[in-house]
Amino acid sequence: MREIHIQSALARARGLGSAKSGSRHWWLQRVSALALAPLSVWFVISFAALLSADHRSYSEWIGSPLNAVLMILLVIVLFYHMSLGLQVVAEDYLHTDWTKLFAIIAIQFGSLVLAIASIVSILRMLT
Amino acid sequence: MVEDRRPLSPHIQIYRPQLTSVLSFTHRVTGVALSAGSLLIVAWLVAGAAGPTAYHGVLSLMRSPIGLLLLFGWTFSISFHLCNGIRHLFWDAVRGFELRTIYASGWTVVATSLVLTVGLWVAGFLFAAKL
Repeated sequence: MREIHIQSALARARGLGSAKSGSRHWWLQRVSALALAPLSVWFVISFAALLSADHRSYSEWIGSPLNAVLMILLVIVLFYHMSLGLQVVAEDYLHTDWTKLFAIIAIQFGSLVLAIASIVSILRMLT
Repeated sequence: MVEDRRPLSPHIQIYRPQLTSVLSFTHRVTGVALSAGSLLIVAWLVAGAAGPTAYHGVLSLMRSPIGLLLLFGWTFSISFHLCNGIRHLFWDAVRGFELRTIYASGWTVVATSLVLTVGLWVAGFLFAAKL
């Protein structure tokens, strides 16, 4: 993947840039948003159609490889995008260093737990 | 505390709300709301894997009055966050920064997300009635 550079070529050559992660967080939030746009449209339509489905037709739907793959993709990108977004909210509104640090760690752990719980459930329903 | 003596920008109450700032704020609020809504997706998947009893428990929670109200809120949130997110991606590509364009795209986002929300629910009810 080609990284975008906000610095000028001269600044990059001198090696004088951000002491932290620079534009990486911003860039990954955009890339995940781009992936999430078609996936979320697919999910909302499928979810709405499945709202009145019984367990058998639900299992058949999610057990098909195509739906399972798309669902796993959705869950990975969704929770990644969510943790990036909530991190910015925590950074903006929490002004004490340690509460900010703990909130960000909690957001990242929580997102990971939710993503893994979802993926394991999807895999269990594969037929 | 040192933090308390940091300079503050003028309080938000003295500003007249503008479309631009209201939509910016709404983007963040809907993002946080959707994060809470993601718990429902996890519940839906985990209960589905657990079996019919748990699955139907989650379904009846969603069909309760509070569940339907939450689903309606999340429908608006996803519609708005998606539309306004696309608007943000255009800005990131340095497109549409003229003030007129910003207001035009802003009102387009408002209209489109409302139409999508209502449309999805009408389609949902028509689909449910056919079953």
